[in-house]
Amino acid sequence: MPIAHEFDYVKPASLDEAIAVLAEHGEGARVLAGGTDVVALLRNGAIAPEVVVDVKGIEGLADIQSAGDRLFIGPLVTFSDLIESELIRKRFPLFYEMAVKVASKGIRNRATIVGNICSAVPSCDAGPVLLVYEARVLILGPGGERTVHIDEWFTGPKKTDLQSGELVVGLEMSSSVQVCGGSYVKLGRYRGEDLAQVSVAVLVSSDYEYHVAFGAVGPTPVRARKLEAAIKGDKPTDEMLEVARKFIVRETSPITDIRATVEYRVHMLEVMLERGIRAAVARLNGGGPEYGTRHI
Amino acid sequence: MKHSITLNVNGEEWDVDVAPNETLLEVLRERIGIKSPKVGCETGDCGACTVILDGKTVRSCLVLAVEADGHGVLTVEALSKDGPNELQQMFIDRNSFQCGFCAPGIVLAVSELLATNPSPTEDEVKEAIAGNLCRCTGYTPIVEAVMEFVGKDEA
Ligand code: FES
Ligand code: FES
Repeated sequence: MPIAHEFDYVKPASLDEAIAVLAEHGEGARVLAGGTDVVALLRNGAIAPEVVVDVKGIEGLADIQSAGDRLFIGPLVTFSDLIESELIRKRFPLFYEMAVKVASKGIRNRATIVGNICSAVPSCDAGPVLLVYEARVLILGPGGERTVHIDEWFTGPKKTDLQSGELVVGLEMSSSVQVCGGSYVKLGRYRGEDLAQVSVAVLVSSDYEYHVAFGAVGPTPVRARKLEAAIKGDKPTDEMLEVARKFIVRETSPITDIRATVEYRVHMLEVMLERGIRAAVARLNGGGPEYGTRHI
Repeated sequence: MKHSITLNVNGEEWDVDVAPNETLLEVLRERIGIKSPKVGCETGDCGACTVILDGKTVRSCLVLAVEADGHGVLTVEALSKDGPNELQQMFIDRNSFQCGFCAPGIVLAVSELLATNPSPTEDEVKEAIAGNLCRCTGYTPIVEAVMEFVGKDEA
């Protein structure tokens, strides 16, 4: 089925040019990076922009950089770029573990991590991982630059804090802890293309401070701060995991939908949280499964 | 507004005028006459429309033709200019496909894998083709053929 909607296509060569086009068209403009969501939405009629702004002509937006313990990910960095990056493999392997679980190779080659959080579906794979890393979203708009903490980024299903006329120009985070272990556990129906039915990201520091986030269990990916506080400082003993499991219902609001029932989601969350915590701690201590493993 | 674009398809330069809402899949099939990429789901799920864009497999149903301006596209036609290549011959010998609708996508996905990883494990092969749906074979004869091709078959 061809795309019925007609639109203009522009490919700005600089950020200034991009911001000018976005300002001119406001809500009528749609930014195009990898296109794996945008083109599908154009085809099914979910979006009908006047102009599609392809940002792939702008230099320097595909960088992955680190300085000290700070990590910068540009808006054109694809999931395949993350997987192939030495820096990510060595220093931020949780991003590797998440990226290998995104859809299929043909999608990962094109889809960007920034696009993933701009589409902001509740099951987006990047959400939980960026939440546990306390990432900041760098935004450029007509009024200049601003930064939004990832906690404030997701405002509802497919909704974000990005305002019309603005462009995301990168993600930034620091691993505040020198040594940490992480895990990303994703439940899908089959390998290759599926959205997460439930997902869990865990990051643990050497003093057993945990960051935990969930995907696909509410209108947006969520950070589980009450759960984190309840297990702070504890090693993953049976008692600690019992406490962690109890907090799942308080931190999440899963629904029954086409992909899974509430009961199934909650049950799997318990299993996945336990495995996620155990794997993160084992990795913190130099053991555990290799990053990239599926855990379930 | 139409855009004049240049595509390098299987080593040949093509100048075409395209509307922004035409996909790479449509332009390859309808304008250039390359029919190996198939029109399947058109939502990115099935992999039947797979082509190699600048060395990497992409879903051509999710790429606008204008986006590919100045870029290089490869399809299975490029692999078999002088008859089936060795990988394709292995698929033929092992009767890996039935209707063949998924075959162009799977051949390209496996080719992409082997270009960077000439000796993959069975799990790596399965991961490489996980986004290419086949409704006929159950995948086993496809994976077996690749394992035999890389010299790791059990049989
Ligand atoms: S037709 Fe493109 S992925 Fe199915
Ligand atoms: S052989 Fe028929 S779809 Fe794969």
